[in-house]
Amino acid sequence: MKLTLKIWRQNDAKAKGKMMEYHLNDVSPDMSFLEMLDVLNQDLIDKDEEPIAFDHDCREGICGMCSMFINGRAHGPDREITVCQLHMRSFKDGDTITIEPWRAKAFPIIKDLIVDRSAFDRIQQAGGFISVNTSGNTQDANNILIAKDAADTAMDAATCIGCGACVASCKNSSAMLFVGAKVSQYALLPQGQVEAVDRVKNMVAQMDLEGFGNCTNTGACEVECPKGISLENIARMNRELVKANMIKF
Amino acid sequence: MSVLDSKVPKGPINDKWTTYKDKINLVNPANKRLIDVIVVGTGLAGGSAAATLAELGYNVKTFCFQDSPRRAHSIAAQGGINAAKNYQGDGDSTYRLFYDTVKGGDYRSREANVHRLAEVSVNIIDQCVAQGVPFARDYGGLLDNRSFGGVLVSRTFYAKGQTGQQLLLGAYSAMNRQIGRGKIKPYNRHEMLDVVIVDGKARGIIARNLVTGEIERHSAHAVVLGTGGYGNAFYLSTYAMGSNVTAAWKAHKRGAFFANPCFTQIHPTCIPVSGDHQSKLTLMSESLRNDGRIWVPAKLEDAKAIQEGKLKPTKIAEEDRDYFLERRYPAFGNLVPRDVASRAAKERCDAGFGVNATGEAVYLDFAAAIQRYGKEQAHVKGLDENDAALVTKLGKEMIKSKYGNLFQMYEKIIDENPYETPMMIFPAVHYTMGGIWVDYNLMTTVPGLYAIGEANFSDHGANRLGASALMQGLADGYFVLPYTIGDYLADDIRTGPISIDTPEFDEAENNVRERLDKLINNKGKYSVDHFHKRLGKIMWNKCGMSRNAKDLKEAINEIAALRKEFWEDVKIPGRADEYNEELAKAGRVADFLELGELFAKDALEREESCGGHFREEHQTEEGEAKRRKEFQYVAAWEYKGEPSDAVLHKEDLKYEDIEVKERSYK
Repeated sequence: MKLTLKIWRQNDAKAKGKMMEYHLNDVSPDMSFLEMLDVLNQDLIDKDEEPIAFDHDCREGICGMCSMFINGRAHGPDREITVCQLHMRSFKDGDTITIEPWRAKAFPIIKDLIVDRSAFDRIQQAGGFISVNTSGNTQDANNILIAKDAADTAMDAATCIGCGACVASCKNSSAMLFVGAKVSQYALLPQGQVEAVDRVKNMVAQMDLEGFGNCTNTGACEVECPKGISLENIARMNRELVKANMIKF
Repeated sequence: MSVLDSKVPKGPINDKWTTYKDKINLVNPANKRLIDVIVVGTGLAGGSAAATLAELGYNVKTFCFQDSPRRAHSIAAQGGINAAKNYQGDGDSTYRLFYDTVKGGDYRSREANVHRLAEVSVNIIDQCVAQGVPFARDYGGLLDNRSFGGVLVSRTFYAKGQTGQQLLLGAYSAMNRQIGRGKIKPYNRHEMLDVVIVDGKARGIIARNLVTGEIERHSAHAVVLGTGGYGNAFYLSTYAMGSNVTAAWKAHKRGAFFANPCFTQIHPTCIPVSGDHQSKLTLMSESLRNDGRIWVPAKLEDAKAIQEGKLKPTKIAEEDRDYFLERRYPAFGNLVPRDVASRAAKERCDAGFGVNATGEAVYLDFAAAIQRYGKEQAHVKGLDENDAALVTKLGKEMIKSKYGNLFQMYEKIIDENPYETPMMIFPAVHYTMGGIWVDYNLMTTVPGLYAIGEANFSDHGANRLGASALMQGLADGYFVLPYTIGDYLADDIRTGPISIDTPEFDEAENNVRERLDKLINNKGKYSVDHFHKRLGKIMWNKCGMSRNAKDLKEAINEIAALRKEFWEDVKIPGRADEYNEELAKAGRVADFLELGELFAKDALEREESCGGHFREEHQTEEGEAKRRKEFQYVAAWEYKGEPSDAVLHKEDLKYEDIEVKERSYK
C-alpha cells in the first residue's frame, strides 16, 4: 500500500509544533501500525533525518505506553485495541493518515507524539491503594469471600491500562473514566471499604488539581477505551463521592 | 574450592528459611531511616521490593525506563501465579511445588532457594488478595484455580488472562502508597548505565534521564537490580521492545558473575512470524493448553496442501490428525513443560508438517473443548444436549469467558476467528532462566549488589514452569530480599549518607559519558535495528531451540565480528542531551552484542542437554534431552574484558531432598 502520513512534530514541551508530511510506498497490510512507523523511522534515519519519537513498549496491548491520536481517534479506527494492536489492514491503499499526540493540558508534550502522563501516577499516589503492609502476614486469602459477580466487575474495572485515551478523547479532557475505574475496583471489593471515604475524596481532589476537566456524560471515553471500561465506573465514583461527602467522622 | 559461596543455611530443608530468618541481623526501625536503597526496575520483583523496603523504613529510590512503574513488562504475563495452597484438595503441598519446580528445571536449580520459594508462595496469594487484586472466584466466593504445564495439580491463581497486570498493579499500588508517604522517590524515564563500587561495595548508580539526556549520580547503601531478562538478544521475542540486559550487564562488568546465560525459555504457544517487518512476537498464554489440543496433519500431503493454502484445517478428518503431544507424552499430554512442547513442535515442523506458508506453525485447536463445555452447559441448564448448534454456542460462550481477551488478541493480529478455525502457534523466546549469580541472600558476587526476579538465575534451573515467574518475582521482592538485605545493611547503620563526589563516581560517570559520546559521534552507515536484527538471526539460528558445537563456535565468531562492525558502523541521529530513543537503544544493543557471545560460549561449554538447553550431540534415542551428571553445576562467568576471556566458576548443585531422576512426562 501507498500511504501519506501527516505527523505532529514538536521538539520539546516549549517548542512550537507542526504537522509534517511523509510518504511510504510499500506498506504490508499484515504490519502493525507501529511497525509501519518503524519502517518510516528507518527511512528517516537512512536519510539522516530525526526519527519520530513515540511511546511504545509491550506491543501487545497491555502496558498502556502507546498513545496516538489517529485520524481524530484515540488508538485509531478499530475498537477495544491500542495502537500497537492496530494493523495496517484497517487502512486502504492511497489513504492519508493523520497522527497526533494526546492533547490535554494535564498531559504536556515531551517530544513529537510522546506526552507526560505522570499526572495519572500522582492521582494513584493520592489514594489508589489499600493500606495493607506487604508482610504476607494477613489472613488466609479464602477467608475473604467475594461474590463472583463482584470479583468479575472489579476485574473489569481493574483492567484499565492507564493509557490516557479517555482523556484524549474527551472534549473536557476529563480523567473520570480512569479515576472511576480505580475507585470502582476497590469500591466493589470488601478489602476496599475501610478507606473508601478518603480514597475517593483524595483521588478526585488530585484529579482536579492536575487540571483535568469534568465529565459531561458524552461517553467518548467509553467508546475509545481500549479495554472497554464502562461509564458505569464514573457513576459509581460519583456515588462514592456523594457518599463520602455525607459521612462525617 | 569454588570462589562461589551459596551461603545456603544448614539444617533440614523444611526449617532452613525459618531458622535462618530467626538468626540473621536486623536493622532497628530508627536506623532504617538512615539507610538508602536503590531499586532498579519496577516490575513485580523491583516494585514489590521497593514497596516493602520503604514500608520497613528504608529510603528508597526507584528507577525505570518506562514513563511509569505500572508499565514494566511483568504486566504482560497472562496465565497465572502458582501457590501451594491446595485449595482444590488435589494433593498439592509445599513439597510438591518444590519438587515440580526442581524437576521442571531439569535439576539445575538450587534446592534450598526453590524450597523457600514454595514456602512463601502461599503468602503471596494472601498478600495480593489483601491489597485488592481481583483474582478469579468461583460461585461460592472462593478463589478459583487452573492447571499449568508440567504439574498434576491445579495450583495456578489467575485474573482472567491478565494476571501479570493485576499483580503488577498490586505492587504498583503498594509503591504508590509509599511514594505518597515520601518513602519512595520514583525516577521514571531513567536508565541505569553503571553501578558504582566504593571499597568493594555497591554504593550507587549512574543513570541517564531519558527525557533530557542528563547524566545523574545516585548513591545508596545497597543497590537492587530487578531488571528482568535478556531475551531481546534474539531481537524477536515476547519481551517488551525496551526490555534489555544493560543494567545486569553493567553489574557483570563491575564484578557480578553471570550464571547460566544459555538457559533460555522458548515458549511453545506464540503467534507465528508474519514477515520481515515483524518487531515482536505475541504470546498466547499457556493456560490455553488446558483446553486447546495441539496437532499437525498426520499426512505429509495434507500439510503441503495447507501450506499452499489449498486445504482448511477443519476439513482434515480426526484420524488424519497427529496430536503429537498426546501421542508422545500420554501422562501430561498437551500440558507437558514448555521446553518439551517447543521441541516437539519444532521436530514436526522440521519434518515438513508445519501448517502455515513458512511451514513454521502448528495448530492449537479448541473445537473439542467447545463441544465438551457446550454439552456440559446444556446438561446443567437442562437444555437439549443433542442440539449441535446450541451446544456449539454454549461451548463458545464458555471458552470466551475463560480466554476471551486472548482470542481477541489473536484475531486482531492474524485476522482469523479462533472460535471457528484452530489457532496457529509457534515457539518464541519468552524468558531467561539464566541471569546474575546470587547467593541464598540474593546478593551477587559484589557485596551490597542484589539481583531479584528474572534478573537473577536462581530458581528455575534449565527450564521454568508456567506461572512460576510471577511467583518468583513477588517472592523475592515481598518476602525474601527485605529480610536478607537487613543482614547486610545492619553493618551500615553508622556509615551515614554516601557521597557522590568521590573518584569512584567520577570514574563511572566518565565511563558512561565516553561511551555515549562514542556512539553519538560515530556517524556510521547502519541503524541500531540493523545490527540488532542481525544479532537476533545468529542467536535464533545457532543458539535457539536446538544447538550443536559447530553452530555455537560459528555464533561466537559471528557475534564478535558483528560487535566490531557495530562499533565502527552504527549510526545514531540526534544528540545525547535530548530525548533520543536511538541512542538508548544503541547502548542496549551494544550490551546484547557482548552478552550474546557469552551466551554462545556458555552453551558450547555445557556439553549436555537439559531443560531449554538442547545440544543435538546429547539426546536419547527418542530424541529427548540427555542430562549428564558431570554438568550438575551452575556455570557462573566472571568478566575479564572480552566475552571470550570470561572465566568459568562452578557452583556444584547438591540434591539432598529430591532424587535426581530422568525427567519423564510420558
